[in-house]
Amino acid sequence: MAIISTRSALDHELQAIRDDVLRLGSLVEEQTERAVRALKDRNIDLARQVVTVDERVNELRYKIEEECLTTIARHQPAAADLRLIVASMHMAVELERMADHAAGIGSVVIRMGHEPLLKPLIDIPRMQVTCCEMLHQAMEAYVKGDVALARAVVKRDEEVDQLYNQVLRELITYMIGDPRTTTRATYLLWVAHNLERTADRVTNLCERIQFAVTGQLGDLAPEEDEN
Amino acid sequence: MCLVACGRILPNRIIMSDRTVPIKLVAPIGEGAIARAMAAGQTAKMRTENLSVYYGGFCAVADVTLPIYDRRITAIIGPSGCGKSTLLRSLNRMNELVPSARVEGHIALDGNDIYAPNVDPVLVRRRVGMVFQKPNPFPKSIHENIAYGIKLYNGRMPRSELDDRVVSSLKRAALWDEVKDKLKQSAYALSGGQQQRLCIARTIAAEPEVVLMDEPCSALDPVATLKIEELMQELKQDYTIVIVTHNMQQAARVSDYTAMMMMRPDRAGEMIEFDDTQVIFTKPKDKRTEDYVSGRFG
Repeated sequence: MAIISTRSALDHELQAIRDDVLRLGSLVEEQTERAVRALKDRNIDLARQVVTVDERVNELRYKIEEECLTTIARHQPAAADLRLIVASMHMAVELERMADHAAGIGSVVIRMGHEPLLKPLIDIPRMQVTCCEMLHQAMEAYVKGDVALARAVVKRDEEVDQLYNQVLRELITYMIGDPRTTTRATYLLWVAHNLERTADRVTNLCERIQFAVTGQLGDLAPEEDEN
Repeated sequence: MCLVACGRILPNRIIMSDRTVPIKLVAPIGEGAIARAMAAGQTAKMRTENLSVYYGGFCAVADVTLPIYDRRITAIIGPSGCGKSTLLRSLNRMNELVPSARVEGHIALDGNDIYAPNVDPVLVRRRVGMVFQKPNPFPKSIHENIAYGIKLYNGRMPRSELDDRVVSSLKRAALWDEVKDKLKQSAYALSGGQQQRLCIARTIAAEPEVVLMDEPCSALDPVATLKIEELMQELKQDYTIVIVTHNMQQAARVSDYTAMMMMRPDRAGEMIEFDDTQVIFTKPKDKRTEDYVSGRFG
């Protein structure tokens, strides 16, 4: 049957999609790390690079979408193959938005110029490290089809939320105490908000990984439903 | 009122058997789909229950329990030799034309067992028509091809009424516009796709309630295939359709329900999964179905 003879071609195209999603994931991880490093080091050149590289991220996202569309048109995949392709398309969109958050941080750094930081950076770098670890693990779960790992990643979103709330409280305290700090506090708040949204998007990635593996849409199922 | 056909006196409404098949509330396969169908108020026009089909000592189909819902399209898929066509043919007792064939279990049409001793297989085949893999028009005119089926089951009728039914059948088979000016021409002059639609018109001219289709598009080009698939969507407004197909995309496109069959180690065909077509092609439960619809099976 023709359908069997084209199986290896389909496998090849699915692998190419996986590879590109993985490449996009690592690019986003790098962008997020570089954006926060630019803030810590007050490195405007690095921030500009983050903004520029965002264009490459967008291109890779559209490349993945095109690959997915072509594979659907050529092979009319079904079941797990179809779910992987649809999940990959959604994940490419999520990853591209996450890169937008990194570029947003880069823009904040550029806007801040050489204005001194309102406070030493403690929780924001922690947020970035957690976000990048979550993203890294989500990509691992995607490649391995590991729903348990995806579920573990989602749980870490709480860590980022707590750090965000801490940063928010602290910055509000600064603003109430001295309204002249409002602009500088708002800059940091934007950065923290971008990181908080990045972690939220990692949970979206994990939900798509669950869909690709099990076919279940929506929130990640509780652990007892596994297997 | 009675009609005369084939030398028999037939009641207008054919009661085929008093032997009813008890309704099983729990089916071993496809419970989810059955529950959803019940919740949606769908009724099973036909139902096989623990059906096994044998050719002599060889079991070709083993223990299949399958609901066939009214005015829906049910696809039967599976690799070659898994008993799809045997199952299909048993639904209108066509398998009895093979001398050594016998069935165990039940097949119900509107709740009545079509294999009950007092049931005439000819009457079963009137209510459950069949379209074959290769178009098989008779070596007659287009008009006579359709009229034959009508006369076979209804006996003599006024010419005008016969003509009306020929026209109506051709229209329902989406062939009328293409043949209205050449009804007296040989059916062999039509293209393969037109011939297959003529065969569908001939089948529905007998006013069946269920139409069985055994790979109806496998001998047709993609355009003719598309026309048959569109026709099936039209026909399901009035008829219950069961289709056997090797074309996964076709099953995914046209059917509402899909039954997946596989060959057991003893070469008997068994049904391994039954569900909404959407479920079968997006998240099948059985790994073998997953592999088959993904083209991994070989």
